Amino acid sequence: RAGPGRAGAGRALTPLCALLADVKGRPCEDFCVLQHSNRRVPAGICVITLAEAHPLLQSGKTIKNINYQISANCSRLQNKVSGKSKRTWLFIFQMQGAQFLTELAPLCRISSSDGEEYTIYSCIRGRLIEVNENILSNPALLQEKPSTEGYIAVVLPKFEESKSITQGLLTQKEYEEVLLKRRSSAS
Amino acid sequence: MNSLTEKDRPIVQLLLSTGTCPRCILRFCCVGSQMLYRHPHKDLMKDLQEFLKSSQEKEDTVCLDVADPPCKRLRLEHGEEGADDLNHNGAIPSADNGNSATESSAVKVCNVCLGILQEFCEADFVKKVCQKVNSADYQFTSFVFSVSLPPQLSVRERAAWLGMKQQMRNLGLPLAKDDIVQLKEAYKWIIHPQLSEELGVPADGKSLFEVSVVFAHPETDEECHFLAAACPDCFKPAKNKQSVFTRMAVIKALEKIKEEDFLKHFPCPPSSPKNLCDALEIQCNNGAVFVAGRYNKYSRNLPQTPWIIDGERKLESSVEELISEHLMAEFKADSFNFSSSGREDVDVRTLGNGRPFAIELVNPRRIRFTAEEMRRLQQAINDSSDKIQVRDLQLVTRSAIGRMKEGEEEKTKTYSALIWTDKAIQREDIAFLDDIKELRLEQKTPLRVLHRRPLAVRCRLIHTMRSEYIDQHHFRLHLKTQAGTYIKEFVHGDFGRTKPNIGSLLNRTADILELDVESVDVDWPPTLAD
Repeated sequence: RAGPGRAGAGRALTPLCALLADVKGRPCEDFCVLQHSNRRVPAGICVITLAEAHPLLQSGKTIKNINYQISANCSRLQNKVSGKSKRTWLFIFQMQGAQFLTELAPLCRISSSDGEEYTIYSCIRGRLIEVNENILSNPALLQEKPSTEGYIAVVLPKFEESKSITQGLLTQKEYEEVLLKRRSSAS
Repeated sequence: MNSLTEKDRPIVQLLLSTGTCPRCILRFCCVGSQMLYRHPHKDLMKDLQEFLKSSQEKEDTVCLDVADPPCKRLRLEHGEEGADDLNHNGAIPSADNGNSATESSAVKVCNVCLGILQEFCEADFVKKVCQKVNSADYQFTSFVFSVSLPPQLSVRERAAWLGMKQQMRNLGLPLAKDDIVQLKEAYKWIIHPQLSEELGVPADGKSLFEVSVVFAHPETDEECHFLAAACPDCFKPAKNKQSVFTRMAVIKALEKIKEEDFLKHFPCPPSSPKNLCDALEIQCNNGAVFVAGRYNKYSRNLPQTPWIIDGERKLESSVEELISEHLMAEFKADSFNFSSSGREDVDVRTLGNGRPFAIELVNPRRIRFTAEEMRRLQQAINDSSDKIQVRDLQLVTRSAIGRMKEGEEEKTKTYSALIWTDKAIQREDIAFLDDIKELRLEQKTPLRVLHRRPLAVRCRLIHTMRSEYIDQHHFRLHLKTQAGTYIKEFVHGDFGRTKPNIGSLLNRTADILELDVESVDVDWPPTLAD
């Protein structure tokens, strides 16, 4: 699936899967967190995406609406992160304006044409950097390229917690084993 | 002593009797002849005493012009009247305020300069300074001598001045508004020629070689403290645990404080100290020199600056270390600052003419290098590593660095990228790239740098492109771009956060396998003929 490019210049992203489905009681609503492993600084920025078993990615589903307004007071679109300064310490202060997320903080709600509604969760603790506005204008992107252009959001974990993010999440291999188990128990 | 005149007599009288050294007395009399200050201390003392004696002989004639009878009583021997005069002014006479200035065998420490214009003008001190300079092994053609004086000297200077003013007022004599010679200036008049002779080079205010001395006088350190009560807003709490009473703060407070308040808190004239100042530190420092050049980077595993996380080095060496190692050794500098016109990633090569860089060498011991020596230095760097090579290595001025940084924002760069595509491509599928001119990109801050750069959208231009077909999944792309363009993100799209990108242009998934910088289009530093 991933070409040699994945190991090539600068694109070191480790997929880690979050099985929040079992916690929330919603079957197969799995997520995949792509963590950037930068040798330079273990900051490990994370990209939140849908995992392959998610209902929205199964054939026959059409997305009706994507909404980043989580509640009356909170819209993920109004996240204050931007700044013009290039200096790192100023940037840290700007980050404190960004919305802080816990694992079960909702990022957006997606409704499909068959009347179902899905909530996408952060899966990790950290500061919200941005949500993907491209899928607002082009919802098909979410289904066609869920692991790249169809990502949901970018989250920056707390520096100290960056390494511990991986705990509680499954590696690609472990996730595939879960999928196998589901299929065998279903049949 | 022909520089002193009638009007100076009461001043000389007062200052001499209250413990002020001859050179400070000359300063307060506004004597501007540098030569005079260089006379030996003993000779000056003798001259001043003779001057006073001679004035007494002529006293009657002089005093006829001035109606005030007290003038007749003004003799050196009449200590009591002198003391009365002082008390009359409301100043507190200290026990040390002797009138024994005429016949003292031991040289008292001056109550104004605390010995700076006495002991510290002598040959012994000059020798001490020169020994320090010579042992530090610097290369220099001139020097600037800078001196740091304890702040209480300003307080004592003011006190002596106020004492003078009062005395003159009491005598009904006018006090000329001429400028008193500054202590530092007089000190330099005396010590520069001596240092210059010992070191064999001239003193020059613009010299890059600095010899500095810090003087302190702990005995009187607390003399400034009364100013804090009088002018509290001049003294801000110090950040580095250093004294709040800096020279600048004290001078500011002295400008603000009223005469009456000053007189209330400080004896005028000031008392004689027990000890001389201490010369705390004698330090040498050479101004920084700048070496510029262009570097090529042939390794795909070399960072520009050292990669150290949590004290652990992640990758061996760096561009800056490979270049500066040799320069540090040759110039014998304390440290260096490396800067360049932009930078490339660890895994990116820099080909062509290379990237301009400049290294500031801090406090170098050696500063003179011929063109030939620079060439040899360049060769030594190039022989020591195959990961980098340098060219056009030369000494430049600090102002020249600005031209390099200019280039970073404004000039173009050309690159060569090896690109992979998921779906097969034929020659005709990529040919159209060659015709695209001035392609406008919108790049959000790449994910890989978001931890250290603020989130923003950059508009950048790809001026031209030229493609080279390799096979169904590979081609090479040559690009000429605006400075500040993220090439890797232009190729793989960075989750769609750089638009357009090669993937979107070819309607495929593309990724970058290799990137080389082909040229950095800055015409600095000047190319050297080899």
